Amino acid sequence: MTKRIIPCLDIKDGRTVKGTNFINLRDAGDPVELGALYAQQGADELVFLDIAATIEKRKTLSELVNKIAHHVNIPFTVGGGIKTVDDVNLLLQNGADKISINTAAFKNPDLIQQLAKEFGSQCVVLAIDTKKEENGNWYVYLNGGRMKTETKCFEWARQAVELGVGEILLTSMNHDGTKNGFAVEITKLLAENLPVPVIASGGAGKMDHFADVFKDASADAALAASIFHFKEIAIPDLKKYLAQQKIVIRL
Amino acid sequence: MKLSIIKYNAGNIRSVLYALERIGYTALVTDDPDEIKSSDKVIFPGVGEAGSAMKYLKERNLDNLIYSLTQPVLGICLGMQLLCKYSEESETPCIGIFDETVKIFTTGDTIFKIPQIGWNTIYHLKTQLFNGVKENSYSYFVHGYYASKGRHTISTTNYIQPYSSGLHKNNFYGVQFHPEKSADTGEIILKNFLTL
Repeated sequence: MTKRIIPCLDIKDGRTVKGTNFINLRDAGDPVELGALYAQQGADELVFLDIAATIEKRKTLSELVNKIAHHVNIPFTVGGGIKTVDDVNLLLQNGADKISINTAAFKNPDLIQQLAKEFGSQCVVLAIDTKKEENGNWYVYLNGGRMKTETKCFEWARQAVELGVGEILLTSMNHDGTKNGFAVEITKLLAENLPVPVIASGGAGKMDHFADVFKDASADAALAASIFHFKEIAIPDLKKYLAQQKIVIRL
Repeated sequence: MKLSIIKYNAGNIRSVLYALERIGYTALVTDDPDEIKSSDKVIFPGVGEAGSAMKYLKERNLDNLIYSLTQPVLGICLGMQLLCKYSEESETPCIGIFDETVKIFTTGDTIFKIPQIGWNTIYHLKTQLFNGVKENSYSYFVHGYYASKGRHTISTTNYIQPYSSGLHKNNFYGVQFHPEKSADTGEIILKNFLTL
């Protein structure tokens, strides 16, 4: 099994955007075109997050998912505003390989069980936005990082895995947008203590950061957005570098 | 060439259709027995849960239909598992083309995450299905259950232990990975199936 490199395309109004700490959105292109380009360059998987969905109470555009499915030959996950089994069914029918759930799963953990039963754990990704507070604990945040909960990240992750999620997409709000590296501490805690793959997200700035999160935090995959969108790091260069670092990667 | 993709309550069916379109083929997504029977090739895809999938197929008698097909059939992921005789997932008797049984991945070692999600190698490749595919090519896998190795194994993958990532018996082929999501390698395999 290889470590995976996953470009994330944050979507708003059908366009790719990337903010710093979830605010100040910048336009970085057409998601379909960009997704197909990343696939061609050797991305192992893609994640599309409709970041406006929960906030604006609207559902991810299944039409966009359908277009993406036509054009990319690697797996992709779709998230944002998913609340029901029907929402998931629509996305999978339109060609999504996996879906990611966040706020709705936290508010209604039964949803995880329903999805795992109906579609299998392998297509249920739990996205967690987490932030380390001054007391040293990592807490779960909802609604795209706008609402704090009193639940600790590891406790929620463990509960969700018991309910049936097949993968965790972990975003550190402390690191997201900083380009100072991934959150090794919390990623390691989850990756080394839970029986499902963990995708590290937030903070990628240099190629070293990917090597660090794979080696030091045991992440199964690493996700990044702006460094790819703005061509600061090219995927073929990154994968070649990681292979040189003795990390098992698909070339 | 008439090509059918069996429609049932599993995910990922459209991705197979789109992958075929990308390599220049059109296919019918259908659960109509006559359409399926009269096709030159049949693809039986799917990502999902074995128990609910078999229940759905049985209610529509599609399980018997699939068993009776004589043209080339390609099962993908759950489709391949359902072509085996039994799955530990919800303790489900399956269609029974392949003798191999489908088991749950278990390990005490946390290095191995379950389900297996990601790119892994395929080796000991046999049959025309793998023409032009290099030994140890990477393919994309997403699964929590695996088919044991047996006499129908035509591709092997290691995860916790070696298991069948490809099966073949008579006109039936199955692959555990997703050729429709396995970039260039997957496209070669799909083309090989379509030109069998």
